Amino acid sequence: MSEEVPQSLKKVKHIILVLSGKGGVGKSSVTTQIALSLVQKNFKVGVLDIDLTGPSLPRMFGMENGKIHQSSNNGWIPVYYDSSKQLSLMSLGFLLNDRGNSVVWRGPKKTAMIRQFLKDVEWEELDYLVIDTPPGTSDEHIAIAEELRYCNNVDGAVIVTTPQLISINDVKKEINFCTKVNFKVLGIIENMSGFICPYCDECTNIFSSGGGENLAKELSLPYLGNVPLNPQFIEMIERQSEIKEKDGKDLIALYSECKLSEIFSLITDKVIENVNK
Amino acid sequence: MIAVENSNTSIPSNTQLKAPEPEHCPGPESENAGKSDSCNGCANKEICESLPKGPDPDISLITDRLSSIKHKVLILSGKGGVGKSTFTSMLSWALASDLNLEIGAMDLDICGPSLPKMLGCEKESIHSSNSGWSPVYISDNLGMMSIQFMLPDEDSAIIWRGAKKNGLIKQFLKDVNWGKLDYLLIDTPPGTSDEHLSVTTYMKDSGIDGALIITTPQEVALLDVRKEIDFCKKANIKILGIVENMSGFVCPNCGGESKIFKPTTGGGEKLAEELGLKFLGAVPLDPRIGKSCDSGESFLDLHPDSPACDAILDVVDSLRDIVEAND
Repeated sequence: MSEEVPQSLKKVKHIILVLSGKGGVGKSSVTTQIALSLVQKNFKVGVLDIDLTGPSLPRMFGMENGKIHQSSNNGWIPVYYDSSKQLSLMSLGFLLNDRGNSVVWRGPKKTAMIRQFLKDVEWEELDYLVIDTPPGTSDEHIAIAEELRYCNNVDGAVIVTTPQLISINDVKKEINFCTKVNFKVLGIIENMSGFICPYCDECTNIFSSGGGENLAKELSLPYLGNVPLNPQFIEMIERQSEIKEKDGKDLIALYSECKLSEIFSLITDKVIENVNK
Repeated sequence: MIAVENSNTSIPSNTQLKAPEPEHCPGPESENAGKSDSCNGCANKEICESLPKGPDPDISLITDRLSSIKHKVLILSGKGGVGKSTFTSMLSWALASDLNLEIGAMDLDICGPSLPKMLGCEKESIHSSNSGWSPVYISDNLGMMSIQFMLPDEDSAIIWRGAKKNGLIKQFLKDVNWGKLDYLLIDTPPGTSDEHLSVTTYMKDSGIDGALIITTPQEVALLDVRKEIDFCKKANIKILGIVENMSGFVCPNCGGESKIFKPTTGGGEKLAEELGLKFLGAVPLDPRIGKSCDSGESFLDLHPDSPACDAILDVVDSLRDIVEAND
């Protein structure tokens, strides 16, 4: 293992990881939204998906048909969202022939793939690289921590949780992991915090509420905010290609109209603030 | 270097490797251990070479141990947070309410074990005896096993690579003294990796009745679930059926129904139809389910008159019909 920053990451100013011990709490949604907010704030953003057995980011960004190209020096060129090259994405999802194919890999193979993702992807100059991770504290996490060990541009991790206790318990484990590997915790986001009924505007806390904020207080970590369940966002993600074809609106434009974009704009500001602290 | 947080945890390990496995490691238990190309230069080469080869002798021990269990059901989903553990806990409560049945629940999620909390026994610990590890009993006919019981502290992180997780899974299968069981429910972590490969390999001679697939309605989840179904096909595991969880939400204030996770591509039912699998039912979102899981109580006992409870019991009934058809 070489003791320096991988060549491919030298042009990256800030690296942010999105972590959670629990699955399905919205790591990929949060990654997507942080990336979109950063793009709205005119930063150049790269997104790396190291969830190898369940990559969701290509679908999130409506880039499922994207293909990775090889560069002249045998590196991989990430998939660009559009010709402005302001947003680029790398995911194992791009390397699968069929979207239903499963990747059944044991640890060492996953570790090798992540190493390749970190060493061989030719990111252009980026303000932020956001890394989305799978749930747990196992091979992928150990691999990414080892690969980023000598990077001085790693700013830390954003922790995502849902409000219920079951989720909080797993997330505490993830925070313990961050302490072990010296990832600074940039803050905690509570996702799926309440649902506003579209008929009567009454807010119901489906997965209870306040868990994330209490956790942040308990461990004296910054709290970044709570994000309500929003069916419009999910629908926007699912129907984006259809809308793009019909109205010519891309995801970035669509997202500005989504209610969650205001919330995430604030969250992203806090992240940037904590990064620069 | 990253190590296991608490080395005093009783960690079973058959193979002590000197260094992490190399990129294309054939696996210390495989026939090519120590012989493949990538073994040259690996610090573990000698250890791997000296290990006994051939079929894993533990598999027959596992088969013996599990032979007193009538039905073994895996609960799977490619996606995290869709309710695998929640549903496993419901299934355990529902089956255990039939006092003629003996039920065991095993939690294979090593890095994020949630089943003990949902079944209200997270503070327990495991006792070992001559006949193996005793499961933790929640009621007379419901026992369970999880790594949570071995942690010195509730929040300890288990930072383990795959090989180590495999060792523990093997031990769970080989050394837990379940006694006679009608059902062993196996809750799994998300994904298609070490845990899934190991449990299916180790249990290949014991006979898995099949897998219950849990999904949520939106395409982002279905995408991962398709992968899991593909895995089941590759691993020759019969799929008992698909359950759609979180499939609609009824506002407790006005009674209006909303689809929070919109089934834009038809949801679980369409997926089942597409792949020729049985659709066992849809369970609506009910905030009380999460609450009862947090407090470790049975939702089915607390709110027997709720639509979610009816839906869950319907799924349990259809599952039993399928599994017990050949009894």
